[in-house]
Amino acid sequence: MGVCCCKDSKEQKLDEIIARYKGTRGALIPVLHEAQEIYGYLPMSVQKRIAEGLNVSLADVYGVVTFYTQFSLEPKGKYKINVCLGTACYVKGSGAILDKLSQILKIKSGQCTKDGLFSLDACRCVGACGLAPVMMINDDVYGRLTPDDIPGIIKSYRDKEAEAV
Amino acid sequence: MSDFVTLTIDGKEVKAPVGSTVLEAAKLAGIHIPTLCYLKGVNEIGACRMCVVDVGAKSLQAACMYPVAEGLKVVTNSPEIRESRRVTLELILSSHEKKCLSCVRSRNCELQKLARDLNIQDIRFEGAEQNFPIDDLSHSIVRDPNKCILCRRCVSVCKYIQTVSAIETVDRGYKTIVASPFHMPLRDTPCVNCGQCIVACPTGALREKSSIEKVWDALGNEDLYVIVQTAPAVRAALGEEFGLPIGTPVTGKMVSALKKLKFDKVFDTDTAADLTIMEEGTELVNRIKNNGKLPLITSCSPGWIKFCEHNFPDMLDNLSTCKSPHEMFGAMLKSYYAEKMGIDPSKIFVVSVMPCTAKKFESKRSELASTGYPDVDEVITTRELAEMIKEAGIDFVNLEDEKFDDPMGEATGAGVIFGATGGVMEAALRSVPYLLTGKDPEQVEIKAVRGEDGIKTAELEVAGIKIRAAVAHGLGNARKLLEKVRSGEETYHFIEIMACPGGCVTGGGQPIQPASVRNEIDLRTERAKAIYQEDESSTMRFSHHNPTVQKFYEEYLGEPGGHKSHELLHTHYIVRENYPEDCVCDPQ
Ligand code: SF4
Ligand code: SF4
Ligand code: SF4
Ligand code: FES
Ligand code: FES
Repeated sequence: MGVCCCKDSKEQKLDEIIARYKGTRGALIPVLHEAQEIYGYLPMSVQKRIAEGLNVSLADVYGVVTFYTQFSLEPKGKYKINVCLGTACYVKGSGAILDKLSQILKIKSGQCTKDGLFSLDACRCVGACGLAPVMMINDDVYGRLTPDDIPGIIKSYRDKEAEAV
Repeated sequence: MSDFVTLTIDGKEVKAPVGSTVLEAAKLAGIHIPTLCYLKGVNEIGACRMCVVDVGAKSLQAACMYPVAEGLKVVTNSPEIRESRRVTLELILSSHEKKCLSCVRSRNCELQKLARDLNIQDIRFEGAEQNFPIDDLSHSIVRDPNKCILCRRCVSVCKYIQTVSAIETVDRGYKTIVASPFHMPLRDTPCVNCGQCIVACPTGALREKSSIEKVWDALGNEDLYVIVQTAPAVRAALGEEFGLPIGTPVTGKMVSALKKLKFDKVFDTDTAADLTIMEEGTELVNRIKNNGKLPLITSCSPGWIKFCEHNFPDMLDNLSTCKSPHEMFGAMLKSYYAEKMGIDPSKIFVVSVMPCTAKKFESKRSELASTGYPDVDEVITTRELAEMIKEAGIDFVNLEDEKFDDPMGEATGAGVIFGATGGVMEAALRSVPYLLTGKDPEQVEIKAVRGEDGIKTAELEVAGIKIRAAVAHGLGNARKLLEKVRSGEETYHFIEIMACPGGCVTGGGQPIQPASVRNEIDLRTERAKAIYQEDESSTMRFSHHNPTVQKFYEEYLGEPGGHKSHELLHTHYIVRENYPEDCVCDPQ
């Protein structure tokens, strides 16, 4: 996976972060935040290193990572898809949008496609209820969606990638 | 009296020590407040809100956390309080897999009892079906999250008392569950199999990996010669499963029950405890005389051994190479005894009844098979033995006393006290003088190493040699002690470590006493009394006086620590990494 090729420099950065926080109270959450910025997510190897570095158990680290929504155990794609499951969107059928995405990308919510292009997540109200149902791909907002719109939108990103090569 | 405050609970005046909780004060006043997550000295986190009371604040407060104060007025019983407790309990029950009929903890389940105590008639909430997978890959521990009520007692005991921290509450919302990191099976974590989580759990969410069926099968197999041995701590607690008071020794009834279950021979692991003392004592004397690796650390507790392999890999050479007593016994049964009786060792099936869940894991270690066959075939806990006795319809309480079989049933008081913390140390220190000088010490009992302090130390002069000894029980205490040894802050010749707080009498395989009992009395002290009674009433109190053990050496083993002993009675250890990288599980 993408992480391994430049592991060394990332690992070095991680160790610096750990060293900076070591011995301070409540270090775990800020360290996890910064680690996630480096890696994009928090795989086991990273959590293990943090546990050893801060002298806490891996169980402690994993408990915190899985308690807060902002931490991710899965890598994120180049295009991060977030489907709003807020009340307004949900009522207008965003569940079906999520299902459609999951079906054509062949991943579940919370996962990332093998090629690293797309990751799929559900999120809370993004403040665009007037456009419900809503999804975001990185910073672009797509509103008033129907499941039938989805293949076209995904294709447009795939095409963009193909051109770039 | 400035250390006390006066408060009123349900109109009754109570004097309670400053710093105590409303729950403790209520106890002093003889007023019962229901609790669920609270386990004294282990889990005091106010998680379940079953113990709510009215202290005149805006909302009801958890009595197990709320501090007493001068003039505080507490109400423990009102319609509002009863309703609040019921709602809390009904919410827990709504998502609970309510299969009491086939649950190990039925009749001894704190949740079940509470539901009756609070007169729950109907569960007003529809709970989501959970259907978490059961983790039964460990040789020792089974976790069934569908029966877990998230009280976190197991998490606390594992993290703070044992400092293993193999489990945590993970994930969020209705998916919250107690699990190991990355939902790994417990087998792949640094879990030491001590079972302290099981005896802390109020429900059937935790249990031992049962070997009962395998033992029934062996007993039903006419080709097999099935031998059972029982550890010292079992007799000190088995009676509790049949309603006898805590601390009642039931050695004779236990032997009688085992004979009724049709074991071909019923032997006493204490005999092997005496053998262990000869081997370990000799090892100590040799290491002292020859400038060997010190301190020597005992190796009877397999929970401790795995902990050492994970956390103190640099100290594996300090471990005694002695197998634990029941493994030694198994090896002797399949060699010496098999030869003597003319039985094919492949037909001998050894069952150990142990107060311990870690011994299940231990018996599966491939290196513990000196004769080419596993030294011990199956381990059952004290609880499992009780289940078998019940299943067989034996009226345990009214059994006549019987004696262990000869020739391997003979043991000394020194072997018996192995079951309590400090016991191995005391037994060894009774024999070391003999091993050094050929003479028995004048003083038999060494009280400095008895009792419930987490770390105990003693100094003893034998034949001009000062022996510094330390005893730790509970792995948190062991960690503390060993860190001092590692840093050079303390030096000792001999250290005894037991994984379970209190030693084997309160092992993870012992009868489970609910929080209502554990919050009131010290189980360890009560059960240890039964052990020390048996020692005091023994005619032989030195391991080296055991005629069976003397015969082992004369007829078979030669010298303690000799060649044959090493082959059969000693072992080696391995470095274990915590969460080796290759067990990254497949995130789905
Ligand atoms: S844990 Fe208790 S309440 Fe739940 S099924 Fe078992 S006995 Fe019944
Ligand atoms: S058996 Fe012991 S080490 Fe393993 S999870 Fe339970 S308390 Fe922790
Ligand atoms: S497994 Fe048992 S002790 Fe642990 S949180 Fe669940 S109910 Fe409590
Ligand atoms: S509910 Fe989806 S944007 Fe508000
Ligand atoms: S909150 Fe008091 S017993 Fe659980």
